[in-house]
Amino acid sequence: MKALVSLIAVLLLALIAYAGASVPAMRFLFGVVIPYAAFIIFVVGMVVRILKWASSPVPFRIPTTTGQQKSLPWIKHSTIESPSTGLGVIARMALEVLFFRSLFRNLKTQQVGDGTQVAYGEAKWLWAAGLAFHWSFLIILVRHMRFFIEQVPAAIQMIEGLDSFLQIGAPLFYMTDAVILASVTYLFIRRIGIPQVKYISLIADYFPLFLILGIAVTGVLMRYFTKTDIVSVKVLAMGLISFNPTVAETISPMFFTHLFLLSVLFVYFPMSKLVHMAGVFMSPTRNLANNSRMKRHVNPWNYPVHVHTYEEYENDFREKMKGAGLPVEKE
Amino acid sequence: MNLKNLLQENRSAIVNQWFETVVGTYKEETRGPLRRQGAPFTNPVGFNTQQGLEGLFDGLLKGMLPSDTSRFLDGIVRIRAVQDFAPSEALRFILQLKTVVRNKLGEKAQEPALAGELVFFESSVDDLALFAFDLYMQCRETIYDIKAKEARSMTFRLLQKAKLTTENQE
Amino acid sequence: MAKLPKPEELSKIDLTPPKTDWMDTPVVFKEGMFCHGSKPKSLEIVGFPNPREWRPADADWKLPENWKEILLEGIADRLKKYRSFRLFMDICVRCGACADKCHFFIGTGDPKNMPVLRAELIRSVYRKEFTTAGKIFGRMAGARELTVDVLKEWWYYFYQCTECRRCSVFCPYGIDQAEITMIGRELLNLLGLNIEWIAGPVSNCYMKGNHLGLEPHTIVGNLEYMLDDIETVTGKRIKPTFNRKGAEILFVTPSGDLFADPGTYTAMGYMMLFEELGLDYTWSTYASEGGNFGFFTSNEMAKRLNSKIYAEAKRLGVKWILGGECGHMWRVLSQYMDTWNGPADFLEVPKSPITGTVFENAKSMKMVHVAEFTADLIKNNKLKLDPKRNDHLKVTWHDSCNVARGMGMLEEPRYVLKNVVNNFVEMPEDTIREKTFCCGSGTGLNASEDMDLRMKGGFPRANAVKFVADHYGVNMLANVCAIDRATLKALMEYWVPSVGVCGLHELVANALIMKGEKERTTDLRGEPLPGIEAKEEKA
Repeated sequence: MKALVSLIAVLLLALIAYAGASVPAMRFLFGVVIPYAAFIIFVVGMVVRILKWASSPVPFRIPTTTGQQKSLPWIKHSTIESPSTGLGVIARMALEVLFFRSLFRNLKTQQVGDGTQVAYGEAKWLWAAGLAFHWSFLIILVRHMRFFIEQVPAAIQMIEGLDSFLQIGAPLFYMTDAVILASVTYLFIRRIGIPQVKYISLIADYFPLFLILGIAVTGVLMRYFTKTDIVSVKVLAMGLISFNPTVAETISPMFFTHLFLLSVLFVYFPMSKLVHMAGVFMSPTRNLANNSRMKRHVNPWNYPVHVHTYEEYENDFREKMKGAGLPVEKE
Repeated sequence: MNLKNLLQENRSAIVNQWFETVVGTYKEETRGPLRRQGAPFTNPVGFNTQQGLEGLFDGLLKGMLPSDTSRFLDGIVRIRAVQDFAPSEALRFILQLKTVVRNKLGEKAQEPALAGELVFFESSVDDLALFAFDLYMQCRETIYDIKAKEARSMTFRLLQKAKLTTENQE
Repeated sequence: MAKLPKPEELSKIDLTPPKTDWMDTPVVFKEGMFCHGSKPKSLEIVGFPNPREWRPADADWKLPENWKEILLEGIADRLKKYRSFRLFMDICVRCGACADKCHFFIGTGDPKNMPVLRAELIRSVYRKEFTTAGKIFGRMAGARELTVDVLKEWWYYFYQCTECRRCSVFCPYGIDQAEITMIGRELLNLLGLNIEWIAGPVSNCYMKGNHLGLEPHTIVGNLEYMLDDIETVTGKRIKPTFNRKGAEILFVTPSGDLFADPGTYTAMGYMMLFEELGLDYTWSTYASEGGNFGFFTSNEMAKRLNSKIYAEAKRLGVKWILGGECGHMWRVLSQYMDTWNGPADFLEVPKSPITGTVFENAKSMKMVHVAEFTADLIKNNKLKLDPKRNDHLKVTWHDSCNVARGMGMLEEPRYVLKNVVNNFVEMPEDTIREKTFCCGSGTGLNASEDMDLRMKGGFPRANAVKFVADHYGVNMLANVCAIDRATLKALMEYWVPSVGVCGLHELVANALIMKGEKERTTDLRGEPLPGIEAKEEKA
């Protein structure tokens, strides 16, 4: 049900864009106005979101330690899993962000009875699909930079070269296109196929999946099947970043659908769970060093509290203390 | 073909079906994790249930007494005795083996030649169920016993302090 | 012949609950799954709001008129104070990686015990009240109204979480359910919705210095009993000191160890070790609690209780503080104490008077864990040990959640253990170290009325113990946590009756060869040592 609502919403959005862009007068709206607006909302939205997080302090040093603390010099300290320095934290975060270290933790083999049996379960696929999805998304994003730069830099050409090294078809087939479609599809299937994951899923979980799927599908259609006037698209892209956009008649509605769905993603991003992209860097259980015993962590809102002082305690129990032979401050 | 061989042949199908019957008593959202195979420590409920059912079924085939397979029964009943089941729900799975077996045997279950053996098999399932009630009660009694012991150990030193009791010296 | 019904039709009782969205599935309070409500007196003593007689199973919880306003203000306030809270409300993608990591989910099979869903209980309200999307789209955006039923659901499930942090190990964003439960319980405490098993110890600790409410003379008396037992075993009379000014070290340990077996054996172990070293240390009857049940109510209460440790160290003029074996105590000490009540600049950087080792890792908070202290002693050959005295034991090691995931002390106790016992077996990898399973009774859930919950929550731990008991003949489960010592005993009794429970320093003391001791015939529990026939001493 929730999935269906999300699917219909994305289809509707695509339809609006396709139909809208078929009307010549609307092309400026879909090609220029909406992308600009979406970009601004994205940037402002993300900045606001991050500032909001940043405005709440980190009162306590609460890393989740997943390895040996630094203690006695002869005990091997786990410098990354329980980092005591900034460098260790950077390494820990890098593993987390680049390789999804924590998700990977699920994959350990297990001893079963007397023999060894490998039991990965679904966890392996979640990790693999998650990683595949995020990395292919990133590579595709980088590839798209070619539209915004007059002379395509060697680095981007190299990525394109690697991505298409299978040398299949014309235009050359990008592996990431297949990977992103497959991984998003998998992430969707597991969401409806695994009862406990389905149980926790919200519309906010299905919608971005379909949206990203929509963007990928329209992109793939355009590149391999329906074709569009790629030269004019680059002119539009260059125009957008130099604030002098021109929308050619020859650009197909499919392109505007692609662009519109992307714009929706940009708008949706800052107000959804997708903010985890930025949030992961700020997570106090991961980005703090486990050094609170060596170096005092200061809580900016620390305030004095009522305590039951020793004096009050002694007043309560003086006679009993004396009776038990305990020293007292006041006789 | 005797019943024993038939059951032996269908062992994995029957045990799987039986396992599913037990899994079916849990909420849908928990069944997936319970089915996860080969994870004895991270899926202990599913693992012990699977192991237990296999052991019980083999025991029945070999004509073992319930007391000889209590290890397997214990692995399941001990868990279900603390989970949110009424006693009848907790133990129904044992009697359901009869349904599972007849289901798997299909038409063959109606064959007169097997009738005697089937009755014998089913009555041994009944015995197992009765034995399970004993075990279940033991589990519940252990829980009450533990509660009582905790209360006692909380107060023992106090009583000692108040000289109301002294430790029995050996 | 009449057509027989199909076999599968014979038993047609559908146990599957009706399929409803979790938001539409109201909470059902099940006996054995929750603790008694807090008593008014316990709340009054520490000035907690809404003290009254109430019972969780009753329909009317006697909430203040403006309870909703209080809660929403409470949430707003904490969103401003804790980045963790605000972030964890926003960034969960509900991937489900945490779902089957929770011992309560594994044991109970209740989907609302999946960490992600337990967090969603509060997140759904956050969306409704604090996000634009939630305000506009409501249910479509995963938002829901805060009602009394929702409140009851919070109470039921936030007291079915032991803040063990296992989920946070597996979360790709490090979302820590412990953090959310802590805030959830703080919010509940704004309405006086505590449990007596926590509220009672908190008020005791506030007034009397320890959870059990042992008064100064009782502490001395309790230790006397232990000293008698030590004398019986070793022939040595130990004379510890209390509240002594000018001692070098203040020793603080959870009060549970002064009271009930098997914790008492651990306490005896400390005293024997310190006696053997000739350590210049003192107990305190004022700071007589290492643990901190305040931590399970609110940040402020935890700080109020914790303040006694530094205050007492200052009053007595000690150089540094040594801490006993406890789990949550050490999370509080490691990650909170210095921030709350520091800087402890009146103390010196801890330095072992025996080995000269300076504990650089505690140079700011000035408190050393007794396992670190002992590991250093053994490494420097300062102890005469006879591990054979523990040969009747096959020991496995339970990493306590907070020590493992909130401090990172994994190797020190293992090093000590390996030097004091000959038979040590690790439990399976998925159930130890940072992936250790909780005892199921932490965070003040170690009452008796919720025994069913404890047995279920502790099952994954017990299951791993059973494995090493069955395969390697393990008969002792050692740990460094007072709650573990109290609760694993019950857990083992139900799941693996052949396995006992002990603290690390009980084993140390058993192995410790003391100067001038008599030939030992029994261990601290009065059990005959291996190879020595029990001497029948009939009175």
